[in-house]
Amino acid sequence: MITAVAEEKEHYLNASYGLKSWLLTKDHKRIGLLYLATITFFFFIGGAFATLIRLELLTPQGDLVSAETYNKLFTMHGVVMVFFFLIPSIPAVMGNFFLPMMIGARDLAFPRLNLLSWYLLVIGGLFAIFAMVAGGVDTGWTFYTPYSTTYSNTWVIATALGIFVAGFSSILTGLNFIVTVHRMRAPGMTWFRMPLFVWANYATAIIQVLGTPVLAVTIMLLFCERVFHIGLFDPALGGDPVLFQHLFWFYSHPAVYIMVLPGMGVISELIAVFSRKAVFGYAFVAFSSVAIAVLGFLVWGHHLFVSGQSLYAGMVFSFLSYFVAIPSAIKVFNWTATLYKGSISYATPMLYAFGFIGLFTIGGLTGLFVACLGIDVHVTDTYFVVAHFHYIMVGGTLMAYLGGLHYWWPKMTGRMYPEGWAKISALVIFLGFNLTFFPQFILGYLGMPRRYHVYPDEFQVLHVLSTAGASVLAVGYLMPMVYFIWSLKYGKVASANPWKAPGLEWQTASPPPVHNFDVMPVVRNEAYDFSTTVGEAVEVG
Amino acid sequence: MASEAHAIHGETLALREQFDTAAQQKDASSLGMWIFLVTEIMFFGGMFLAYTAYRSWYPDVFGAASRTLNATIGALNTAVLLCSSFTMVLAVRAGQLGRRKAVIVFLALTLILGLVFLGVKAFEWNEKFQEHHIPGPAFHLEGTPFQGHAQLFFSLYFAMTGLHALHMIIGAGLLIYLIVQTKRGIFSAEYYTPIDMVGLYWHFVDVIWIYLFPLLYLIDRHGPKA
Repeated sequence: MITAVAEEKEHYLNASYGLKSWLLTKDHKRIGLLYLATITFFFFIGGAFATLIRLELLTPQGDLVSAETYNKLFTMHGVVMVFFFLIPSIPAVMGNFFLPMMIGARDLAFPRLNLLSWYLLVIGGLFAIFAMVAGGVDTGWTFYTPYSTTYSNTWVIATALGIFVAGFSSILTGLNFIVTVHRMRAPGMTWFRMPLFVWANYATAIIQVLGTPVLAVTIMLLFCERVFHIGLFDPALGGDPVLFQHLFWFYSHPAVYIMVLPGMGVISELIAVFSRKAVFGYAFVAFSSVAIAVLGFLVWGHHLFVSGQSLYAGMVFSFLSYFVAIPSAIKVFNWTATLYKGSISYATPMLYAFGFIGLFTIGGLTGLFVACLGIDVHVTDTYFVVAHFHYIMVGGTLMAYLGGLHYWWPKMTGRMYPEGWAKISALVIFLGFNLTFFPQFILGYLGMPRRYHVYPDEFQVLHVLSTAGASVLAVGYLMPMVYFIWSLKYGKVASANPWKAPGLEWQTASPPPVHNFDVMPVVRNEAYDFSTTVGEAVEVG
Repeated sequence: MASEAHAIHGETLALREQFDTAAQQKDASSLGMWIFLVTEIMFFGGMFLAYTAYRSWYPDVFGAASRTLNATIGALNTAVLLCSSFTMVLAVRAGQLGRRKAVIVFLALTLILGLVFLGVKAFEWNEKFQEHHIPGPAFHLEGTPFQGHAQLFFSLYFAMTGLHALHMIIGAGLLIYLIVQTKRGIFSAEYYTPIDMVGLYWHFVDVIWIYLFPLLYLIDRHGPKA
C-alpha cells in the first residue's frame, strides 16, 4: 500500500523533465546523480588504461606497447583515477546526495555553487580528455620537475589545466559542505548527533579547502615554468626541483585522505546499520576523522625520503607518519567492536564493509612499512608501493564507494538492486582485487620497479597472476554497472526504509521529494538509535 | 520552525529556499566567504613558501634585486590601496544604513582607487620591461654575477604581483557588478550581503599587498646600490 502511494507521489526525479531540468538543476540530489554519471564515465576510461597496463605486463618483453606509450598509459591511468574519479567519488556523489538529508536540510547552503562545482569538474575533465585524445601525457601523475617543465614533449599543459580547474570543483564542494554542516542542521541535530558519514565528509572538506589551493598554485607555477621558463624549479637558475615535490605532496598526501576519509564514513554507516548497533565509541570515531585530516598535513615529506631532503627532515616525517596509524586504528578497532554481539546481516553493502576493513588494514599496515625510513629506501618506487596504495585506494575507497552505492541505491532511485547478483559481484571483486594486488607486494619486495614496461623473466609468474586478477576484477566491476542500470526499470520497488536504518535520509520517501522531507525533521535521538526505528522490513536475499 | 524575529521574510530580500531565516542565510554567506579567503591564503601561501626558501638561500642577490624596485612609487601605491579599503568600508556602512546613493559613490571611489593602483602597477611593470628585468633570455641585472638567482627574485615578483593584480581585476569587476545592482535597487538595509562579502574580498586583496610590499620592495634598502 505504501508503494502504491509512493508511485503516484511527486519526487525529485519526476518533478521536472528534460535535459535542461538536469543541466540547470540546483537540487543537490540531481547534482549528485550528475556526478555519478560523470565519474562512472571516468572510472571506465581509467580502467581501460589499467587494462592495457596489465596486458603489457603479461610478458617480460615490451611487446604490446612501446616504452613511450606505456609511460602515457600509467600517467593517464593515475591522472584520471585520482583527479577525476577518486577525489570526487564519495563526497561529490553520496556526500552531495545524502549530507544535506542526513542533517535534515533542504539542500546544501549554496546550491548554485554546487552546480558550478560539477561544471568545473566537467570542464577540467574535457581538458584532460583533450590531452588524452591529442596524444597523451607521459610525466607520471606526479608531474615531477624538471621532466614535466623542460623535457617532456607531451600534453602536460592541457592535463595540468584540467587538474587545475577540477581542483576548484573540489575546493567549492568542500566549502559548501563545511558551511552546510555549520549552518543548515535541523533543530535538535547537534554536532554529536550527526551521522559519522557527515563527520567524515566534514573532515574531508577541511582538507579540500586547505590543501587543494596549494595544488592549484603549484600547477600554476608549473605552467609558468613550462611556458615562460621563469626558473623557480630550474636548477640552472638556482631554483630547486625538490621545492616542486614539497608543494605537490603538501596537497597530494592529504589528498589520500580526501579519497579515503569519506569511505571510512560510509563504512561507519554500513557497520552500524547491518549489525543494528550504535557505532562503538562514536566520539572517538568522529574525532579520529578530524585527527586524520590534521595529521595528514604533517607527513608529506615521507614521499621525499630519497629525493635529497635532509636526513633529519626524513626522520621527523617518518616519525610523524606513524601517528596517522593511531586514528586509523581507532576506526578499525571501533568498527570491529561494533560488530561484537551485533545482529549482523550479510547484505551486499555489509560484504563491502567487511572487504573494506580487511583490505584497508592490509593497506594501512603496509603503510607503516613505507613510513619507516630504512625499509622505504629499499622499496621506494617499487611495486610494493603500488600494491600499498592500491589497497587503500581500490581496496579501501572503491569498496566503500560500491558498498555505499548499494546501500543508498534504493533511496536514490526508488528501486532495489538484485541482491543475488550483487553478492556474487562483491565476492568476485574481492577475489579479483586480492589476486591483482597481493602478488605486487611480493614483486616489489623482490625489486620490481614501478613504471617499467619490461622486466626480468623471473617476475613473470607474479605478473601473470596479477593480470589474471585484473581480468576477474574487471568482470566484477562490469556486473554492478549492468544490474544497477537493469534495476532502474526492473528492480523491485524500494520502500522508504528497506534497511530499517535510523538515519534521517531513511525517514522520507524513496526517492525523496524535491525538498527532501514533507515535514521538516526535528531530531530527538542520538545517532544510530535503533530502538525507535520506523520503517518496514524487506527480506534480503 | 525556528521563526526568528525577522518579519521581512521574502519581501525585499531574496531569501533562498534552502534557508529558514534571513539571519541563517547571511551567516552562511559570511562563513562561506571566510572559508574562501582561507583557500586564498593557501593559494598565495605556495608562492610565499617559494619566496622564503629562495630568499634564505640567496639573501644578497635578493637584496640587490629588491633595491631596483622603486620604493616611493610602491609606498604611494600602498597608500592608494589602503584608501580604497577605507572607501570600501564606507560603502558597506552605507549599505547597512540603506543609503543607496552613498553606496554608489563609495563603490565608485573604491573602483577608481583600485584602477589607479593597477595603472601604477602597469607603469612599474613597463619600467621593468625596459630595464630587462623580465625573466627570460633577455634578462639582465647590473652588478651581480648571479643572474639566475636575480631572475628568481623577479620571477617571484611577477608571479606574486601578477596574481595580486589578477585578484584586483576580479575585484574591480565585482565592484562594477555591485554598482549596477545597487542602481537597480536590489540592496536595502535588510539585505546588503553581497556588498559586505565583496568588502571582505577587497580587504583580503589589500592585506596580501600589505605583505607583498615589504617583502618585495623593502627587504634591504640600505645595501650597496646595484
